[in-house]
Amino acid sequence: MTEESQEIIGDYRYGFHDPENSTIRFDKGLSEQVVRDISELKNEPEWMTDIRVKAYRHFAERVMPEWGNCSLLNMIDFESITYFLRSSNKTENSWDDVPDDIKNTFDRLGIPEAEQKWLGGVTAQYESEAVYHSIREDLEEQGVIFLDMDSGLKEYPEIIKKYFGTVIPYSDNKFSALNTAVWSGGSFLYIPKGVSVEMPVQAYFRINAKNMGQFERTLIIADEGSTVHYVEGCTAPSYSTDSLHSAVVELIAMEGAKIRYSTVQNWSSNVYNLVTKRAVAHKNATIEWVDGNIGSKLTMKYPSVLLKGEGAHAEVISVAYAGEGQHQDTGAKVHHLASNTTSNILSKSISKNGGRSSYRGLLQVTPKSTGCRSKVVCDALILDEDSRSDTYPTMEIGNSTSDLEHEASVSKVSSDQLFYLMSRGFTEDEAMGLIVNGFFEPFTRELPMEYAVELNKLLELEMEGSIG
Amino acid sequence: MADEILRVENLHVNVEGTPILKGVNLTINRGEIHAIMGRNGAGKSTLANVVMGHPAYEITQGSIFYQGQPLEELAVFERARAGMFLSFQYPASIPGVQVGTFLKKSVSSVRENPPKGREFRKELTAAMEQLSMDKSFLSRYVNDGFSGGEKKRLEILQMLLLQPNLALLDETDSGLDIDALRIVAQGINQVAQDSACLIITHYQRLLDLVKPDFVHAMIDGVIIRTGGPELALRLEDQGYDWLDVTA
Repeated sequence: MTEESQEIIGDYRYGFHDPENSTIRFDKGLSEQVVRDISELKNEPEWMTDIRVKAYRHFAERVMPEWGNCSLLNMIDFESITYFLRSSNKTENSWDDVPDDIKNTFDRLGIPEAEQKWLGGVTAQYESEAVYHSIREDLEEQGVIFLDMDSGLKEYPEIIKKYFGTVIPYSDNKFSALNTAVWSGGSFLYIPKGVSVEMPVQAYFRINAKNMGQFERTLIIADEGSTVHYVEGCTAPSYSTDSLHSAVVELIAMEGAKIRYSTVQNWSSNVYNLVTKRAVAHKNATIEWVDGNIGSKLTMKYPSVLLKGEGAHAEVISVAYAGEGQHQDTGAKVHHLASNTTSNILSKSISKNGGRSSYRGLLQVTPKSTGCRSKVVCDALILDEDSRSDTYPTMEIGNSTSDLEHEASVSKVSSDQLFYLMSRGFTEDEAMGLIVNGFFEPFTRELPMEYAVELNKLLELEMEGSIG
Repeated sequence: MADEILRVENLHVNVEGTPILKGVNLTINRGEIHAIMGRNGAGKSTLANVVMGHPAYEITQGSIFYQGQPLEELAVFERARAGMFLSFQYPASIPGVQVGTFLKKSVSSVRENPPKGREFRKELTAAMEQLSMDKSFLSRYVNDGFSGGEKKRLEILQMLLLQPNLALLDETDSGLDIDALRIVAQGINQVAQDSACLIITHYQRLLDLVKPDFVHAMIDGVIIRTGGPELALRLEDQGYDWLDVTA
């Protein structure tokens, strides 16, 4: 710690707290000093501290987005949030504090108790170290680097310095600025040239080592001709006492590389989930975002792809489920910045019990990017009269040699479908569950099997007691 | 003594406030095949749907009994689990739900001791072979993009697997070519041996292959005449006007 900062901390009421139980945390609220303290505590290189501080200043000045669900956004109280928390062997929460409905969902999904406690935020560890290590060893043999972001910065500062913030600069939006200022945790994944990682790389295993923060920062670089599938998240509800989750995920696919990034997230209904995800695809590279959003109070997330090199391809497949009191504002953005680039966007949403889902999409083809093709399909399913779905597509097409298709549909579950299924022995809830799982099937089939099974079970649970 | 499966007593039914059935009486015992014939709009499909419990149909008078039990107490899925089956005239499609998964789940819900694993697959394969259905059916989505004939075959496949006590077949013969009709008829005959069967049809041609014990002519929401197979032949030949006159 520098003398200067110690001095400031001396007076500063948001200093370190409660070191006896080996937990380091900051009190609520954010200032430039808190940002500096976080960086200091992590022993980060100066350039990272500088980025954080610049990002903080930008965050402080930047106004809230004036689009989307402003009334919900403006309810965020940045002063009531804890921005940094690191626990070593003791955690903050008690199992008793985890709400019963979440515990019940764990039980009904058949999740083992140890895992439940991790999901409930009570413990940071549920997989055996042995499993973790064997996966790590396989990856290391291929030259793959897979670390939590903090360790990545320590061990590979030159790579991080080169790419950090190049896809999503802190000035991109208020929440990318916030994340850049206070980020902690997340994944750093580097795949060397020509390496194909056969097994999906799961954030699961990494979580053993470090507690995943609410401001995680992920950077994935797939070098030329390499392939990787990264899977993050879990279908069981992630209980968080803190109400803001704001991650930044940057992907870089070099020439001929392919990155698939699959996420299924199910936040408890007090959480604001405001995530910036963006990828760059160089020549003939492929980026696939497979993105599932369940739960939260408000999710705003639009996985994006910059198709920078000729022949690059983007796939964005997303689903959103909005239940009572929830707003899923999700979608996709694809920028065709080079010729003969292609993209497919498939977005499916379900709204129930007054939930609201919005598709917000941007498709851009620059004037010089000739011969591009894109297909956008948005399907919304509304399960009752109280629920809502909207679509906000934007298309900026700069030339006439490109071929674009856009299809959108809004449907309701028909009484004929329900009657048909019920006449085959399914209860009304079971029938709803089947219809809903079927609706999400084009997404679910892209997931690794265990995730698909969990997601289907979860949706079936969500349908219980849904309708009279 | 006859094993009574279905008894319909003086049944009056409204659809969106319009009376469709106006006093239907019908009793079907196990082992019997009944056919109901009539013009479009006579109320044939309404009868099948109301017996199965379609929520859009309102019973204003009369009762339906299934194995002696009043049906109004049973929800649609309970009727299915009690052994009632309706082969739909227009089966709904369920996009994203594979036929194989759907059949497995349905059989598990409906049958008392559902076959498991290999036993189920064996039964399924046999039934599909009987109906000349290709295995690729199983990975398609339920009725999604199916031709009319494919839909009807899937209905009959379900009937074979669910082994109902009461089979209601609503215009199962429409849209089938003669080969398909033969295959479907064979399926119906197999199930009809141990169950009660109600066939709703416009045409005689299915009744050449599935021999009814009773034929009912329905006009304007009532069964106006009941006879044997010869009634079906006469209706096919002469239409319904002669019944109107005698009515």
